[in-house]
Amino acid sequence: MSENRKLIKIATAGSVDDGKSTLIGRLLYDTKSLTTDKIEAIERSSKQRGYDYLDFSLATDGLVAEREQGITIDVAHIYFNTDKTNFIVADTPGHVEYTRNMVTGASTSQVAIILIDARKGVIEQTYRHFFIANLLRISHVVVAINKMDLVDYDEEVYLKIKADFDVLVAKSDFTEDQINFIPVSALKGENIARQSEEMPWYVGNTLLHHLEVLEPADLQESSVARFPVQYVIRPKTEAWHDFRGFSGMLYGGNLKVGDEVTLLPSMNTSTIKSIHYFDQEIQEAAPGSSIAITLDTEVDLSRGDMLVKSSSVPRSEKQLTATICQVNSKPLKVGGKYILQHGVNRVLAKVDQIESRIHTDFTGTETADQLKLNDIGRVHFRLSKPIHFDTYKENKANGSFILIEEGEYDTVSVGFIE
Amino acid sequence: MNNLLIPNPKEAESIHIIREVAAQFERPVLLFSGGKDSITLVRLAQKAFYPARIPFPLLHVDTGHNFPETIAFRDKLVEELGLELIVRNVQDSIDQGKVREERGRYSSRNSLQTTTLLDAIEEFKFDACIGGARRDEEKARAKERVFSVRDDFGQWDEKNQRPELFDMLNGKIHVGQNVRCFPISNWTELDVWEYIKTENIEIPSIYFAHEREVFLRDGMIWTANEHVFREDHEEVLVKMVRFRTVGDMTCTAAVFSEAVSLEDVVGEIRDSSISERGARIDDKRSEAAMEKRKKVGYF
Repeated sequence: MSENRKLIKIATAGSVDDGKSTLIGRLLYDTKSLTTDKIEAIERSSKQRGYDYLDFSLATDGLVAEREQGITIDVAHIYFNTDKTNFIVADTPGHVEYTRNMVTGASTSQVAIILIDARKGVIEQTYRHFFIANLLRISHVVVAINKMDLVDYDEEVYLKIKADFDVLVAKSDFTEDQINFIPVSALKGENIARQSEEMPWYVGNTLLHHLEVLEPADLQESSVARFPVQYVIRPKTEAWHDFRGFSGMLYGGNLKVGDEVTLLPSMNTSTIKSIHYFDQEIQEAAPGSSIAITLDTEVDLSRGDMLVKSSSVPRSEKQLTATICQVNSKPLKVGGKYILQHGVNRVLAKVDQIESRIHTDFTGTETADQLKLNDIGRVHFRLSKPIHFDTYKENKANGSFILIEEGEYDTVSVGFIE
Repeated sequence: MNNLLIPNPKEAESIHIIREVAAQFERPVLLFSGGKDSITLVRLAQKAFYPARIPFPLLHVDTGHNFPETIAFRDKLVEELGLELIVRNVQDSIDQGKVREERGRYSSRNSLQTTTLLDAIEEFKFDACIGGARRDEEKARAKERVFSVRDDFGQWDEKNQRPELFDMLNGKIHVGQNVRCFPISNWTELDVWEYIKTENIEIPSIYFAHEREVFLRDGMIWTANEHVFREDHEEVLVKMVRFRTVGDMTCTAAVFSEAVSLEDVVGEIRDSSISERGARIDDKRSEAAMEKRKKVGYF
């Protein structure tokens, strides 16, 4: 794994027939990420179906059921790279019922590509996709206006769609520099990896080049350090007799040896004695590191507890308000009890109040007594024990949670703490 | 002492997942095939728990048709790292009449492994099986979760998967269910090879170019060996080859290669135009082959 290659995670969103799978297939083809046997398989399938072009969507549409229906029905992960960048694409379906899939795909992504069919323009689905990108605070949005070949590569069409979309941008938390518009034809490869000669009026980057030069904010994002204890390492061997390493992933900011830390929930303080990454002792770790930490005092600290710098302690509360997206067909109801998983910590949670259901087209809210699959709403919870959180805006990892229902243990909701 | 650790994001994610498995389950096991992906998993597990030992055993479902080099490598690795190894044999499942040996031109024990695996899960009451599957391997795997819940029959229900949000993993299950855990889901084949090179990880010799008795069929290079069905007219040749994946001799095709070092191999993969599973004879049987096998409990 080349350490100097950047990793960019992308979520794609589009409505049925916007050509999303074709776009991804085209990116794979143009970056030479499709192997000969895969191209042969695509040629074979395309021919069988009687197409006179290569149906790149066949490169990503995985499951038999959806091949039959001709639409993508779940989140698929696709990988490709250029010399400078590794890409992971979460291909999320655009069908109206599948809001949950885009939320899921977008939760691990830094960039969202929203596809618009140039013939149809901004439609209700576009509102929803952009709403989710906004809710999840994705750091960059690329609006790919596709099928330009079917509108004679007309600049007027592009400008009209851009103007319509800008109305949405004004209603969101995004700033203009977080949004880019690119006119493309995925089928023909125009402005994907190759600058289109059909659209000389477009002077911006191709899609691929744009994705390569992006520096998504959360790659360098520096807020405050949060270290949830995942697993306590106790070797109990002669050489490591007294070793107690608190292992986990570091979020938000650096930690270094000698830092004064506060342990939650006990509120005890200690000092970092050593930081371990496999058999190396390191002085300081950057966010995203999976490490083990030892402290210079004997402390009571176990899985689900949190270690933070004493200079910036998060909130610890038994009540919280969150925006919820329901990702399971079992509805969220007032009085319902759930297992709330916040990072690696689990507590019990009860729904105190559903304040509102939020329209996903930026038109406001309405009252609701339950949230159904794909609904988004504002909900108040009461917890069995305090959790140690930041708002989602401050720290994505420490400001989000999932709800697990107690019957089948399905993941039913995702929450963004306010 | 190193000053500042800048994480390799894919490695850090994998270590996080492996620690989640150890923390959320009572009896995890690492499914070990002797191939490069499972060897990579062992290194990642070492990193996750150092200086403690890896807190779960390895399970090898042995078809009896493995390359002898793989088995020798497996035993050496286990010995050197002080790991616990459990071996269960497909031959036993055949002898017990639970599965029937395939016959003829494309016969393989690959699909018979499922029964032996499910029996071992039941025997040891494993609640989590860590596997080296990657989403880039095959279309159906692209939709696999990191934690994938299987029912009592080991079945995968692709329509009813738990959504995985951010890096939060939900491994809560009922008695009788188990979870397949895939820590290197997000790695590509090239990632694995580059990692093996960077980390200087030892791998079985058959990954490097060597002389071997082979024969050609359907444009693929097959090992000429007592376990592999061969027609009389299929001529045995001695060629320089290597393997890109290590499965059964009956279903793993070789590639012509001169790559004798890790550096050569990484270079070859980077320029390669055939996917790794393109050399898996079992996937060629039908377009939806992998998805069908997954539904009945294949890795």
